[in-house]
Amino acid sequence: MITISGSQVFIGFIYLVASGLFILALRWMNAPPTARRGILSGEIGMVLAIGGTILQLAIEGKLENIAIDYVWILVALGIGTAIGIPLGLVQMTAVPQRTALSHAFGAFCVTLVGTAEYYLGVNGSGIPPFKMSVLCCEVILGGLTVTGSLMAAGKLQEVLPQRPITYKGQNFVNLALLAIAIIIAVYLVLRPGTPHLYPIMVGIALVFGVMLVIPIGGADMPTVISLLNSYAGLSAAAMGFVLNNKLLIIAGALDGSSGFILSVIMSKAMNRSFTNVLFGAFGQVAASAPGAQEARPVKSASPEEAAGILAAASKVVVVPGYGMAVAQAQHKVRELYDSLTKRGIDVRFAIHPVAGRMPGHMNVLLAEADVPYDRLMEMDEINGDFPQTDVSLIIGANDVTNPAAKTDKSSPIYGMPVLDVEKSHTVMVIKRSMNPGFAGIDNPLYYMDQTLMLFGDAKAFVSNIVKELAGSHS
Amino acid sequence: MGTALIDGLFVFMLAGFIGFEVIKRISPLLHTPLMSITNALDAIAVVGAIVLVGRHESPLAHVLGILAVIAATSNIVGGFIITDRMLKMFKSSRPAKS
Repeated sequence: MITISGSQVFIGFIYLVASGLFILALRWMNAPPTARRGILSGEIGMVLAIGGTILQLAIEGKLENIAIDYVWILVALGIGTAIGIPLGLVQMTAVPQRTALSHAFGAFCVTLVGTAEYYLGVNGSGIPPFKMSVLCCEVILGGLTVTGSLMAAGKLQEVLPQRPITYKGQNFVNLALLAIAIIIAVYLVLRPGTPHLYPIMVGIALVFGVMLVIPIGGADMPTVISLLNSYAGLSAAAMGFVLNNKLLIIAGALDGSSGFILSVIMSKAMNRSFTNVLFGAFGQVAASAPGAQEARPVKSASPEEAAGILAAASKVVVVPGYGMAVAQAQHKVRELYDSLTKRGIDVRFAIHPVAGRMPGHMNVLLAEADVPYDRLMEMDEINGDFPQTDVSLIIGANDVTNPAAKTDKSSPIYGMPVLDVEKSHTVMVIKRSMNPGFAGIDNPLYYMDQTLMLFGDAKAFVSNIVKELAGSHS
Repeated sequence: MGTALIDGLFVFMLAGFIGFEVIKRISPLLHTPLMSITNALDAIAVVGAIVLVGRHESPLAHVLGILAVIAATSNIVGGFIITDRMLKMFKSSRPAKS
């Protein structure tokens, strides 16, 4: 036994180093210049932890005289790597659904391990109450994250309808499901001899995950993805308690707090509470007010006119939104940025925290298109500069520029922090048509005197502006 | 078991605070790569699955363990690759100091 505890000290030490490396990895992620060092640190920690675990298994196998199945460990690691490489190479526009899918995978792993531990314990020496209660947390959180994330990924990939699906008594059904799962969990802790209830509890958690995400619309995805990120982390931390593994507790706590902070930022950026995102079914309510008002006059402009106005400006702010991602217009937007910058025009980008489908989505797309990151401004940094801005060019963004959020108490988005684009001298909005956006909320910005509507596909329109600028230059 | 629980809770609480303080300071520029790297780190759950596969204590645990290792490994590999790809794209307009 003394030698076993020796090997446990050894693996404990390895895990300690790995934990430190994980914390450093996140510490270095705080700014672009050091961020890639963070990845290296995370990778070293990961390799150490996996290598240490296999070594520990080998030592224990020798001491306890059991055969260790290395073949299947390597096969599983190999298959996982083969699946992981293509998942790491997806297009940047597919990152939100890839992220949702990886939350599902992480939670899947945790749920499976929890289930295996449960049956090993139940068929062996039994599971002490404390271990059983964290195990229930682990599989309930894990289970709902698996199906919830798959639903989110399906909505983002547009295999599932993006519109929120709501029905009467939805919140009641959801809460009832969760309550039943918790009651079964309590029962399992108090009455260990009822293993037939275990699959029912896991099943309810899986169903609950589906029901949780069904009523959530595309515009709320940034919050939901962050929340699922948090759940995935917490379920891993619970697994750390079950296995008494501190590295897992730490990694789970880091992931859990990261997801939590991001969800808080996202909710604040939409002026909504967590519960409101989860139980509100935002888009549906808003869409019930049909656009039956009389058509108000709007001014529109051609690419030539837009190019002329941009060329005469000295300060331009571009406001990108999910529409830019859908139209794949980010590379054309960068060409526009280059062409205006060459003329000595100051071009910056105003990034609303919930622009796109996940936190930081717009930044990644624009960085992919080679827009320097110091040109990407947060809402609070740039909002004061709009009065000195000659042209605000809005590409595929809608609600985040809606001045009604500041003035109209009856607007469903009243109170949401928005970009003050209407304060700039000229506002140009690239939009397919006057149809209201995803949330179905009318935007008074479009009818203002300083606003020009540029009707067309974002990519084609920006491309035409770039051509006009190049033509008039030579 | 009792002390292990308390130890675990201490670790959880402290790691939660560290996570909170460290992540609060991360620029919103990098929120997407942050989410993909925490996802990769979270897949450290693979160590629990590896033990299940290696010890082969029951056929069920063995199969579940194999599936769990596959799922977690794909997150580790995919997560690190995509985070690296994203971070490579972030370039400043000012020439790099060096």
